[in-house]
Amino acid sequence: MHEMSITTNLVELLNKYLQGRPGARVTTVNLKVGKLTAVEPDALTFCFQVLTEGTSIEGAQLQIELVPVRARCLQCQSCFEVEGFYFRCPRCSGKELETIAGDELDLVSLEIEEDEKDKG
Amino acid sequence: MKKIKVEKKLLSTNQQIADENRRLFKQKGIAVFNLLSSPGSGKTSLIEQTVSHLQGRLQAAVITGDLQTDRDAQRIARHQVFVKQITTGGACHLDASMVKKALPFFHIDELDLLLIENVGNLVCPAAYDLGEDAKLTIMSVPEGDDKPLKYPVMFRISKVLIINKVDLLPYTNFDMERAITFARQINPAIRVFETSCTTGAGLEDWFRWLEERVSRLSGVTEK
Repeated sequence: MHEMSITTNLVELLNKYLQGRPGARVTTVNLKVGKLTAVEPDALTFCFQVLTEGTSIEGAQLQIELVPVRARCLQCQSCFEVEGFYFRCPRCSGKELETIAGDELDLVSLEIEEDEKDKG
Repeated sequence: MKKIKVEKKLLSTNQQIADENRRLFKQKGIAVFNLLSSPGSGKTSLIEQTVSHLQGRLQAAVITGDLQTDRDAQRIARHQVFVKQITTGGACHLDASMVKKALPFFHIDELDLLLIENVGNLVCPAAYDLGEDAKLTIMSVPEGDDKPLKYPVMFRISKVLIINKVDLLPYTNFDMERAITFARQINPAIRVFETSCTTGAGLEDWFRWLEERVSRLSGVTEK
């Protein structure tokens, strides 16, 4: 399950952003996962829960935006969504395609709550 | 609540090391292939046949990744080729840093070709660039002709597909045309070789393609 090592990288990245912010707590983590990456969102979520237990990231919501595969036909230049991994241009049946979306595995942003002393 | 924009690749550390590996391979004129397949499709047999054929023609080395044991490395080492075994423990894939750490075990200045036998798995290794020139997927006849449809990502990102164990075709309902059609739906440009490491069928075509490719990639540097 490579989701575990991917999530380890994610947690390392998050910790970098938490450095120098004592008392800060991560509430939401926004990811983009392309369908060409063979990464299972459920497995990512599970690993994330396990790896963040007892840390200042525990309980944060992992929001995963699944990115469909898109390609550009190098013959007729049209762009389209590739469905079912069938890489063929729906307009001209061209087979020389460039993948333009679907291989993302990105940390887009995170939301944190800082410790506010005057709260309440 | 504060929102922090990051826009960073999750595997950026691996990518960095893979880029370093790639630069080094290019500088040294080494062709590098990442061999991917399910367990038992014949990766080790194909490597044995390949390095044995290349003996005296090209300087080859092999990195072989397994969860446990060095049995594959022992098999390959019989062919008088440099082999470095990476035992991943539990990890289901090789990553770029494992490959980087293995490189000092070779006389890298003398190499023309490096074959990396990834852990037998058609899913996880897809996410990890090792710095190779091309990924090569091996599937075998007993696995069924619909394998490309079940593991599309691996077939999409591979340059070469080797369909191995063609000597077993008479004993299965594997339809070669269907298998190739499925693979090309996903990756129209994929180069296909039909081989049997047991009878030797089809291996000549594969060797020829490989040698041409290696001489193109490594030809620029004098060894």
